[in-house]
Amino acid sequence: MQRKSFLKICAMPLLAAASGLYGAMPAMAQAPVEVSFYYPVAVGGPIAKTIDGFAEGFMKENPGIKVSPIYAGTYQETIVKALTAHKSGTPPVTSVLLSTDMFTLIDEDAVVPIDNFVKTPEDKAWMDSFYPAFMQNSRTGGKTWGIPFQRSTVVMYWNKDAFKEAGLDPDKAPATWAELKAAATRLTKKDADGKVSQWGVQIPASGFPYWLFQTLTTPNGAILANEAGTAVKFDDPKVIEALQFWVDLGKAGVHPPGVVEWGTTPKDFFEKKAAIIYTTTGNLTNIRKNAGFPFGVGMIPGNTRKGSPTGGGNFYIFKKSTPEQQQAAFKFIKWITQPERAATWSMDTGYVAVSPAAYDTPALKKYGAEFPPALVARDQLPVSVAEFSTHENQRVTKALNDGLQAALTGTKTPAQAMKDAQQEADRILRAYK
Amino acid sequence: MKQRSVHAWLMLLPAMLLLVAFTHWPAVSTFIDSFHSTPRGARPSVWVGLENYQVMTQDPVFWKAVRNNLIFAAATIPASIGLALAMALWVNERMAGRAFLRMAYFTPTVLPMIAVANIWLFFYTPQYGLLERFTGMLGLPAHNWLGSPSTALGAVTAVAIWKEAGFFMIFYLAALQSLNPSLREAAAIEGASRGYFFRRVLWPLLMPTTLFVLINACINAFRMVDHLFVLTRGGPDNASILLLYHLYEVGFSFWDTAYASAITVVLVLVLAAIALFQFFVLDRRVHYK
Amino acid sequence: MSTAETRTRRLVYNEPTLLDTLAAWLLALLWILPLAYAVWTAFHPSEYSTRFELLAPLTLSNFSRAWEAAPFARYFLNTAALVVMILAVQLVLATLAAYAFARYEFRGRNIAFALVLVQLMVMPDILVVENYKTMARLGLVDTLLAIGLPYFASAFAIFLLRQTFLGVPKELDEAARVEGAGPLQILWRVYMPLARPVYTAFALVSVSYHWNNFLWPLIVTNSVNARPLTVGLQVFSSVDQGVDWSIITAATLMTSAPLLIAFLLFQRQFVQSFMRAGIK
Repeated sequence: MQRKSFLKICAMPLLAAASGLYGAMPAMAQAPVEVSFYYPVAVGGPIAKTIDGFAEGFMKENPGIKVSPIYAGTYQETIVKALTAHKSGTPPVTSVLLSTDMFTLIDEDAVVPIDNFVKTPEDKAWMDSFYPAFMQNSRTGGKTWGIPFQRSTVVMYWNKDAFKEAGLDPDKAPATWAELKAAATRLTKKDADGKVSQWGVQIPASGFPYWLFQTLTTPNGAILANEAGTAVKFDDPKVIEALQFWVDLGKAGVHPPGVVEWGTTPKDFFEKKAAIIYTTTGNLTNIRKNAGFPFGVGMIPGNTRKGSPTGGGNFYIFKKSTPEQQQAAFKFIKWITQPERAATWSMDTGYVAVSPAAYDTPALKKYGAEFPPALVARDQLPVSVAEFSTHENQRVTKALNDGLQAALTGTKTPAQAMKDAQQEADRILRAYK
Repeated sequence: MKQRSVHAWLMLLPAMLLLVAFTHWPAVSTFIDSFHSTPRGARPSVWVGLENYQVMTQDPVFWKAVRNNLIFAAATIPASIGLALAMALWVNERMAGRAFLRMAYFTPTVLPMIAVANIWLFFYTPQYGLLERFTGMLGLPAHNWLGSPSTALGAVTAVAIWKEAGFFMIFYLAALQSLNPSLREAAAIEGASRGYFFRRVLWPLLMPTTLFVLINACINAFRMVDHLFVLTRGGPDNASILLLYHLYEVGFSFWDTAYASAITVVLVLVLAAIALFQFFVLDRRVHYK
Repeated sequence: MSTAETRTRRLVYNEPTLLDTLAAWLLALLWILPLAYAVWTAFHPSEYSTRFELLAPLTLSNFSRAWEAAPFARYFLNTAALVVMILAVQLVLATLAAYAFARYEFRGRNIAFALVLVQLMVMPDILVVENYKTMARLGLVDTLLAIGLPYFASAFAIFLLRQTFLGVPKELDEAARVEGAGPLQILWRVYMPLARPVYTAFALVSVSYHWNNFLWPLIVTNSVNARPLTVGLQVFSSVDQGVDWSIITAATLMTSAPLLIAFLLFQRQFVQSFMRAGIK
């Protein structure tokens, strides 16, 4: 009895395997070119549906190409999936991965430069049509390796009601560090027991603390990594100063103690537990829907200059696919980053549209007019810098993250934490100089 | 008889083939990889002898992971087994609402870890999280449970114990219910107290179950890291990092596959030591009927 | 009644003290708190996910949002098929192997058993990259079979069953042989029924492990075809936008409800099936 049911149960997956094999047979002369496409989902909403819609639209205009979008998890999971598949010899043809993964992909010899496919003057114009801030994480060694798709920057959200309550002008956001500290001091509320019921300012430090840290180092005039991704500067006095500012906010009692969780920061904002938060522009739609109060979106407060890091994902083309597949992928990437589609994507997800032309489309113009906060991230682009990225990116980033968390929890002084992180990073990057 | 030998091998073959293909061969491959460098793109891997192990001994994160994992194991194993035993004893008695108790204890097993971890994230959230409200009611000061190095590991351990205990309860419950009821009567006639009955009669008879549960608990102490991905990611500053999580970090985040192989070998040796300890030391003390 | 008599009565009738009852209930309430929170949050709009006002409005919109976010019916089917398939194959392979180890003398038996025990320590979880390469070579990526293959041969099951089979009295074996039964028939008629509690215990371990397994299925599946629940639920772990407890708990309830209900209905039978001779 057991054997019969065992056979029956095994038959199903075997059939599935067989059909899978059949489906995976190589493209022959008349068969369409298969382009498998891994994408991460990092924002809420029916993203999968939007992506599937894009794929269908593209395939209608290009009947010889079959695009298969494959949901691959978070950014972290998508890169794991893509590289595991690459190491086994069957990578996806294209994938959206973090722009900071560029050096890792190059070192693993997994991707090809986009320049290989740029032949006509139109192609060249298209490649130059993106915001320069986004191209900073997409180019190295004179070549372009990624095409911006779902990009973001860090912005500041503030609770206008809380500002009014504290006697501050609700329409004027703090623009400098001094103003930020002053506003935060007035916004911090304590309840009868002396426990803080509302923090003035909240900057998350879990998940990717280095990204939020860049919102403090950039205004202080410090760049953490060089363009070649081979050297970092953590122990620069300006960097330590920025970290000290962050730690001091906590010591002054206007910023929550310890490491603040990224995932619950928007909720903290809705619950009025924090009056000012730093988080990605990708959260705009979420905050718009769920904040029960009027809120403002502003550029990150500056110090010696203004600035914020960019973030998000680029399209990459993988090496181990056939030339036809790569060419087809290139076509798809060009198609999906056209202004109209970039505009749709931006409105659906909250990401920044990747080219100025997208903001000139009627749809996005109208959206921007109705909802000006959506344009803040774009307006911040001229002062935006590349997201921190080096060779052995995850390892070096972890050294920095650990140091930041140590300083914020008081385990190390900012100077010591950054010195240790610098030492670790130098050791890791030695082989790349 | 030769024919019997052939029979035996035939019966063994499917299992052995699969084991070799998916356990032994990859394991040997991993072991060999630990003596090479990580291949990167065009650069092939070369023999480096014990270099990966040397790097490991000097890696503070690795030692932190070892220390944390030992603390984690030392906390979860006795706690989850002890709680499981208590739960089973209670549910076995004629208590009001037994069915509800049984379900309440077993629920964690059925809920997927991803969802569970997010719910616990809410419990531990500062200010409006459930735990904070509770400690607030008691007048205790506010605390960032997951974001402080002193409590991150403890918080993560609590989630693990919560997830495991109910699962082990089932095994104890089955064992308790299969005991001869006359044992109880005999003990009562002799005037034994409940404590005495437990120590001298129940506990020895439950030893086989305890051994079974102990093996699972030990393996789980090194295997349960899924909740870390949601709760702390090993932070803050590696305060809650565990060996397997560090292994994933090194292998699938840093893509330093050779070093990851070295860590794998260490993990395997630790588990092997535990397994050997159980087989040789504990096996002797188990009573079989 | 004197205290000695009370104690005796308590012991014989297995009655709890008041302290016992209080402690058990306290623990149970603590244990069920996450599920209770999930039920609350799933049925109320997201503003109430952190506020527990009794008269808050109920809603089913979280469930419809969760349902739309991913094809959970399909994921549930995949997961159910997966755990059943894995368990079935594990039991067949382990029974045969354990029988061979327990009742046959052959050269290399001890080495083979040692090799089996190795898998107790070297979990397939660690060998992900190598196993993925193998699946790619076999062309099995994105199938249920690929998820299950590394687990089909379970050292734990072989170990447990061998232990049980060794404990079967030889007289039963000989009696059956006298009646003219072949070795496989003896296995079927004598050994397997006696090992039923072990089968049930192992089934519980196996089902709950594979129900909760995450990283290997994530890596080896690409599409809705073979994706199990754990991977499907990841779609709510979107880190960028922050945690939305209403939708996560709604999805959790949707996917766990069948199991929870099954356990509620079949609790007694479940535990009773362990009862026959207990775990030895």
